[in-house]
Amino acid sequence: MSISTPNPNSGKDETREDTKENAAPPRPSARRQRRGSGSSAKRDETATEATPATDAAEQPADDGQASDAKDAAAPEGSKPQGAAEGDEVAARVTDPTAFVSHARSEFDPTPAPQASGRRGLFGVEGSGDTSGMGGLVTQAGSGIPSVSSPRPYGGWFDEVADIFAKAYPQWNKAHLATMVDRGEITFYVEKSHIAKIMQIARDNSSLRFELLSSLSGVDYYRGDGGVSSTGDPQQDEYRKQRLHVVYHLTSMTFRRRVRFEVATTVEDPHVPTVSEVYPTADWQERETYDMFGVIFDGHHALTRILMPDDWNGFPQRKDYPLGGIDVEYKGASIPPPDQRRSYK
Amino acid sequence: MSTPTADSRQTNEGKVYTVTGGDWDDLFDETGDPLEDEKLVINLGPQHPSTHGVLRIVCDLDGESVEKARAVVGYLHTGIEKNVEYRTYTQAPTFLTRADYLSPLFTEASYAMSVERLLNADVPIRADIIRVITMEICRISSHWIWLATGGMELGSTTAATNGFRARNYCLDILENITGLRMNHAYIRPGGVAQDLAADFDEAFTWWADKMDDEIDGVERLLTGQPIWIRRLKGVGFLNVPGCLQVGVTGPMLRAAGLGWDLRKTEPYLTYDEYDFEVPTHDAGDCWSRYVVRVAEMRESLKICRQAFEHLKSEGPGPVMVEDKKIGWPAQLSIGADGMGNSLEHVKHIMGQSMEALIHHFKLVTEGFRVPAGQAYVAIEGPRGELGAHVVSDGGTRPWRVHLREPSFINLQALPALSEGGLLADVIASVASLDPVMGGCDR
Repeated sequence: MSISTPNPNSGKDETREDTKENAAPPRPSARRQRRGSGSSAKRDETATEATPATDAAEQPADDGQASDAKDAAAPEGSKPQGAAEGDEVAARVTDPTAFVSHARSEFDPTPAPQASGRRGLFGVEGSGDTSGMGGLVTQAGSGIPSVSSPRPYGGWFDEVADIFAKAYPQWNKAHLATMVDRGEITFYVEKSHIAKIMQIARDNSSLRFELLSSLSGVDYYRGDGGVSSTGDPQQDEYRKQRLHVVYHLTSMTFRRRVRFEVATTVEDPHVPTVSEVYPTADWQERETYDMFGVIFDGHHALTRILMPDDWNGFPQRKDYPLGGIDVEYKGASIPPPDQRRSYK
Repeated sequence: MSTPTADSRQTNEGKVYTVTGGDWDDLFDETGDPLEDEKLVINLGPQHPSTHGVLRIVCDLDGESVEKARAVVGYLHTGIEKNVEYRTYTQAPTFLTRADYLSPLFTEASYAMSVERLLNADVPIRADIIRVITMEICRISSHWIWLATGGMELGSTTAATNGFRARNYCLDILENITGLRMNHAYIRPGGVAQDLAADFDEAFTWWADKMDDEIDGVERLLTGQPIWIRRLKGVGFLNVPGCLQVGVTGPMLRAAGLGWDLRKTEPYLTYDEYDFEVPTHDAGDCWSRYVVRVAEMRESLKICRQAFEHLKSEGPGPVMVEDKKIGWPAQLSIGADGMGNSLEHVKHIMGQSMEALIHHFKLVTEGFRVPAGQAYVAIEGPRGELGAHVVSDGGTRPWRVHLREPSFINLQALPALSEGGLLADVIASVASLDPVMGGCDR
């Protein structure tokens, strides 16, 4: 965002307009108060699990599904998903009522902390991309694939997958999918089995994954949980399980790396701990708990590690706001990063 | 004036003495020496020098020996992982470089390599070699800081001043290459930000010779020195199974005897083309770590010299991917007022080519799209395995970036290193861990 832009915020809420007209620099304390009230409201919403609709409107960030949620005002299924940008615009123009209702639903009379109801340059919807470079189809953050990659996976992947299937008696129940992508193999498993599988991964003499390289979380929240349907009931079920825990295992003996991934819901964020198999998971699970709110059952001291003990909320969840205040410099005012215009 | 002995209260710890702001003598005079039969809990740090206010170690002491040590982290939490979710893929290195500020180029490299794996991008060989050179310089620089701060904590201020002086030479050459002394944001997805400066050859030769002298100097100063040896030998022992259990990698693991180095075991960039050793030692104590790290600096210097020759034999070439939809369009150059766009590039986009202007504008404001998926690339950082787990949803911003930071993982070994030892040995143990809290808290 260029600082030479004379006034990127014309058309913002009225308080700011007043400030500009009076030509008096806003007092920092007053500004902070205004900001603070806005952000605290947001914080509360997060605590009480904001409804998807308000959240989609609140979050101008890069959640690709936000535009879908708004498009829901248009007749459902009028366009196939992944249709060309032009088709989308055409569909919107031919249905003026949908456009009006859509605009009305987005209008918010309260002074919002974000840059008014406007989105994108010149009010354009979608990516606004006319160069043809933006045609990449956004996927729902992958989530759990409903089908495994086709066999053979190639290299040692088949061998390791077979050993896991043989060594763990309940593999068929635990195993959801196997994904081979970009030279990495990922096993998606049911969360209740993860600790037992890790035990086998470490102890089985033909696996020997001695080192748990990394354990972390990913939040696949898209702002429309449970609202839109992918058409696949299994996929819909998985999409509710937005919190994923990702385990990267390294076998020093065989020089192999595999990834395990389990998913869980916000309502029931319980995952068995693997810290008894790999003590290195101790802090990493605490960090994942601290940042995502995943509760690792059986962990000996699951407390916050990076944030203060009494902190509310889990900062790296996607519905936790980034926060921040406007940066004002030489007359230009730049909104905080999560409220800037973004490209999908 | 408060009473020297605080009012005791019933706790499950027994009687609690508070001596904050008080005088030890008052405490002893009235009640005898409480240290004789009472457990003393002290907070080591935040004034601890190598961790400058951001690590607290809660030590339970019995006399002078440590019964229990717990590390408390999180004071520096900067939200880097969260912040990059709101930036483009090219802006993210500017944040990530600030995670582990003593080895910034490694974080950038592992992130960039992760994104390149997601993009399936073909990075030019020249960029790979430049990455190797900068990373090895950075490794040496990081080890100098470990030596300087570690030396200072153990009372050797000469080691501190010499270490910082030697590190300054490393920063000089990194400035010559990247334009900045720290927080470079130089290694970007697709290549590196700019080509080497015109006077790089001279600067490199001068630096390499200087490093030889400096490493010799520190060996002369410390290796045979009796105090240094007695402070380090037999202190902070951790063997190979212990390391693997708590996930400790890097020089600590090699000092315990396992020659596990990702540059050798999973070669990346052009590391398989260079001839270097993986130094190991067998004792697994602080002394071994000292020996291993100093030997590593020599090996890194060796790699740098070979990569320098390799670079010359490869000749000039691009340092960013050919793909115009990924490659950062700006052509940076070091001007009189720091770093900025080169005049030729500005002339080209402003006066000659509308298409180039559009490309520049689109890529700088919007960024490039990365196909959905996830990748984990681990490289050998100065402290151990440094991995970047990057998840993309197909948009222009990373969906999630997680750094597997060796500082964070290695600190878990702190109780194992210090419990049962003396309080003074905790200092040596922490120093030998070489933690950087910026990387720990992210």
